[in-house]
Amino acid sequence: MTSVLYDAPGPSAKRRNIIYTVVFVVVFALAAWWLLTAMAEKNQLDGEKWSPFVADSKVWTTFLLPGLVETLKAAALSLVIALPLGAVLGIGRLSDHTWISAPVGVVVEFFRAIPVLIMMVFASQLFIQFTSMDSEVRPLWSVVTGLVLYNASVIAEIVRSGIQSLPTGQTDAAKAIGMRKGQMMVFVLVPQAVTAMLPALVSQLVVIVKDTALGGALLGFNELLSQVRTITANYGSNTIAALTVVAILFIVVNFALTSFASWLERRLRRAKKSGGAKVDLNAIEAGGGGVST
Amino acid sequence: MFDFLSSGRYDLLGAFWVTVQLTLYSAVGSLIWGTLLAGMRVSPVPLMRGFGTAYVNLVRNTPLTIIMVGSLLGLYQTLGFKLGADLSADIGFRLAVLAMVAYTGTFVCEALRSGINTVPVGQAEAARAMGLSFVQVLTLIVLPQAFRSVVAPLANVLIALTKNTTVASAIGVAEASFLMKNMVENETDALFAVFALIALGFIVLTLPTGLLLGWVSKRVAVKR
Repeated sequence: MTSVLYDAPGPSAKRRNIIYTVVFVVVFALAAWWLLTAMAEKNQLDGEKWSPFVADSKVWTTFLLPGLVETLKAAALSLVIALPLGAVLGIGRLSDHTWISAPVGVVVEFFRAIPVLIMMVFASQLFIQFTSMDSEVRPLWSVVTGLVLYNASVIAEIVRSGIQSLPTGQTDAAKAIGMRKGQMMVFVLVPQAVTAMLPALVSQLVVIVKDTALGGALLGFNELLSQVRTITANYGSNTIAALTVVAILFIVVNFALTSFASWLERRLRRAKKSGGAKVDLNAIEAGGGGVST
Repeated sequence: MFDFLSSGRYDLLGAFWVTVQLTLYSAVGSLIWGTLLAGMRVSPVPLMRGFGTAYVNLVRNTPLTIIMVGSLLGLYQTLGFKLGADLSADIGFRLAVLAMVAYTGTFVCEALRSGINTVPVGQAEAARAMGLSFVQVLTLIVLPQAFRSVVAPLANVLIALTKNTTVASAIGVAEASFLMKNMVENETDALFAVFALIALGFIVLTLPTGLLLGWVSKRVAVKR
């Protein structure tokens, strides 16, 4: 592989690259050796700490899979609630009536600017004080509430910039054939904007899945990460092994979603030759103070 | 409504000061680590490219909470790494910075990589024609221009980082959200006031960052 940053390697460059490779391997091996000896010293490499994950199906059926199900349940619930809410907020912000667009804008900017954990803690305490919600399901709904508030406003921005990325000719043409504003939105703008928005929406799902772990660490939500504690309590303090397995599960789920998002993006770009419209998720993720590029 | 503030039980400014410190240390660390990663990902050495790509893809898809909790349970409690600190508060703070750097570095790397792509091909070609090596091409010609074009994306990473510092409360670092958790549990009649106060604090931190760096990004952007 060649790049614009360097020439196809000649004899001396090849030699240099080999030296770099060797140096990198040595540094990497030293770091790995240092970590592994530290782990071996604390008996973290012992077979019995890792073997339950391959040999004992009970670890999976009692702890990991139920945890994964809770994680996915919270993520799915959040997305299903946040999606319509976000669409309404996004379209509301584009309204011609200032008395609609201004308050919606304030709400969206507010919830985008504050950390999602703050909203989860707030929701949790809100449910404790003002509802008689069962403490079994309270963590789930606290997490979902926090995620919905945050992600609805992120989705609102995705929807808004998706619609704004369309050429103005679309609006003009719809007006010219006498469509009302609602018709223009439903029949012309939204269907086209969806293709520009989809990859950003799928990527946002990754953010949602990752944020559910906050509930496990701080609100007593028994999702995947919180299973680490119960596993280490049952299988002899195999903290590192349990954390590794849980991290791998998260990575697998999120990697599948990321790959799906980039496949979707490539496919949509191919299908739509004009396809310049794309929503920049990072600018939206940053929230209130975010810099639009 | 805000009487609980005058009781002297809560150090609101102190908690936000910890948030600011977490943000600053992690920002500097992840800028350095992210630049190194970006350098690896575009380097002529296949092994480094492979490592950079694998690291970014793995870490970006791991929840920050896992990295944070892992640094406490794994690195400190199991393996006994203290990162040169003695007080348990210091250890927590340093572990949190380490976790944030490991995580945020991947986002800095991706922002920089897209910045490298905005530098016209002719720049690198001219540099190579003069006989500069890869490291010289990258550090003297391409990266300085790339940095100027990614101020806005990096500002967004910084704002997201500011919000992510709340995750440090998962390992007991006494920053703003940790204080909020205490406050809402003790001051049940002031729930909304506490929420508004903490939310305001974060808006005060992120909004000027965005405005300032947005202005900087317009000033330093290379006109093409």
